[in-house]
Amino acid sequence: MIATAHPISDSMTMLRRRLLHLRRYPALTIMLVGQPVLFLLLLVSVFGGTLGNGLGAGVGGRKEYLHFIVPGILVIAVASVAVGTAVAVAMDMTGGIINRFRTMAIAPSAVLTGHVLGSVTQSALAVGVSAAVAVAVGYRSDAGLADAAMATLVLAMLALSLTWLTVAFGLAAKSVESASNLPMVLVLLPFLGSGFVPTDSMPAGLRWFAEHQPFTVVIDALRGLLDGAASSRDVASALAWCTVLAVLGWRLSVGRYARERAG
Amino acid sequence: MQHHAITVRGLCKSFGDQLVLDHLDLEVPAGSIFALLGPNGSGKTTTVNLLTTLLRADAGDIDVAGHDVVTDPAAVRTVIGVTGQFSAVDDLLTGRENLRLVADLEHLPRTTAQARIADLLERFDLVDAADRAASTYSGGMRRRLDLAMTLLGRPRVLFLDEPTTGLDPRSRRQVWDHVRSLVAGGVTVFLTTQYLDEADALADRIALLDAGRLVAEGTPAELKAFVPGGQVRFDFAEPGALAAAAGALADWSAAADVATLTLRIPADATVGTLRRLLTAAEVTDDTRIEVTQPELDDVFFALTEVAR
Repeated sequence: MIATAHPISDSMTMLRRRLLHLRRYPALTIMLVGQPVLFLLLLVSVFGGTLGNGLGAGVGGRKEYLHFIVPGILVIAVASVAVGTAVAVAMDMTGGIINRFRTMAIAPSAVLTGHVLGSVTQSALAVGVSAAVAVAVGYRSDAGLADAAMATLVLAMLALSLTWLTVAFGLAAKSVESASNLPMVLVLLPFLGSGFVPTDSMPAGLRWFAEHQPFTVVIDALRGLLDGAASSRDVASALAWCTVLAVLGWRLSVGRYARERAG
Repeated sequence: MQHHAITVRGLCKSFGDQLVLDHLDLEVPAGSIFALLGPNGSGKTTTVNLLTTLLRADAGDIDVAGHDVVTDPAAVRTVIGVTGQFSAVDDLLTGRENLRLVADLEHLPRTTAQARIADLLERFDLVDAADRAASTYSGGMRRRLDLAMTLLGRPRVLFLDEPTTGLDPRSRRQVWDHVRSLVAGGVTVFLTTQYLDEADALADRIALLDAGRLVAEGTPAELKAFVPGGQVRFDFAEPGALAAAAGALADWSAAADVATLTLRIPADATVGTLRRLLTAAEVTDDTRIEVTQPELDDVFFALTEVAR
């Protein structure tokens, strides 16, 4: 009998497994989804009044600050979920079940793809909840339908790229604990960008970094889209960054997975 | 129908500069139980990992059910089932969900899958626990679920890496019974164990592995023939009686141990031998006596010591 690969149906089986995990143990999802919401409420209610006045956009105040940070919060929502991916992948790799998958006639990519698709689903939930909370506390977007669709695409591409990167983290991690440490950087990076304060308020060195790092590019593109004033150059470079990072993460993950197999 | 389910030629594997397997040759007839026996660190698990496509060999050929492990690992994976030393169940899922996961990955039609899952839950005594998370299972239940998941795809060649390590005696017997019933159905079983009684009870053929080399291979009876017959042991109450008996049995190549006050005499376990021995030894009535036959333990220790 010749082995027939079923990469798509195997990936869907692995996705169902991951979603079952999430449904069975909702605590982790609640924590990951809660993190951006907590940041949003904390930043707006505690720091918003002061920071809003510093935006220099004329009106100032809490409402202005809320409007300013929503793109950054959505990016944090995606990054926060990515941390959970690394943990889930590391749990699989350090357990015995991975050897079962590897000795079965299943598409090798299915294990990782299942994780990625599960996390992208989780990201959609986190972004949805964060956006709903933002609207509930007074956020209004000027985006049209096309802009909103494009913003969704940017967020989806960001989710895909960060998830593939964190799958690589999870595969490289020696233990579940170290897997949860590595991608914490991803949650911090949006703060060192244009997400929460304008980059021109930062000291020179940090400012250079903040203006050129990929999170800033993505946040600027999102801000443009949500304000209905998108620059197509921003959107294009955001999508380019996401594609590059997704391919990089995918290459690292697949390579790492194959190496683990070889011992 | 081919004659051998597994053929291994000149298999070598090193981790760094540590040689783990040194030119291993094995043949496992189809439909038989083959036990690879050896102490911890002898290379048993490495052998299983190489045979089940988890590791790549440095040198040598492996053929499993007519498929080459190196050139066609995907074909090998369609015919094998593996239950490793470490539990390969998903702790977050229930027993039934674990089985369904495997059924989906095997691409079984829905009705076939449901029938097989119900049957396996029944056979492995997991019906009551079927809808509980596997994390709540005992060691024995977990091992049974593990085995049930492996059997769901109806493998033709089954690899069991230390299948009863850590199980209580009753669970061990249950696993043994399952293995025997599988072989009755035509499955070939390759198992590793560090328990000699397990190999003795289950296997048609046994290979002794020590430090990456095969030191012996054969049926349990053939292996037992490697060491000379049994022995008779006298336990004495005081050194004088020991010395007297040792003197009287000088012709029997008796070995006296003054520290434990015992005398060991190589002898078979027939009444005739015992009668002649007791007459010659003139031991007192309160002397304790023990007659032992060679066990695989003796074979194992004798052969692994020779190899060193």
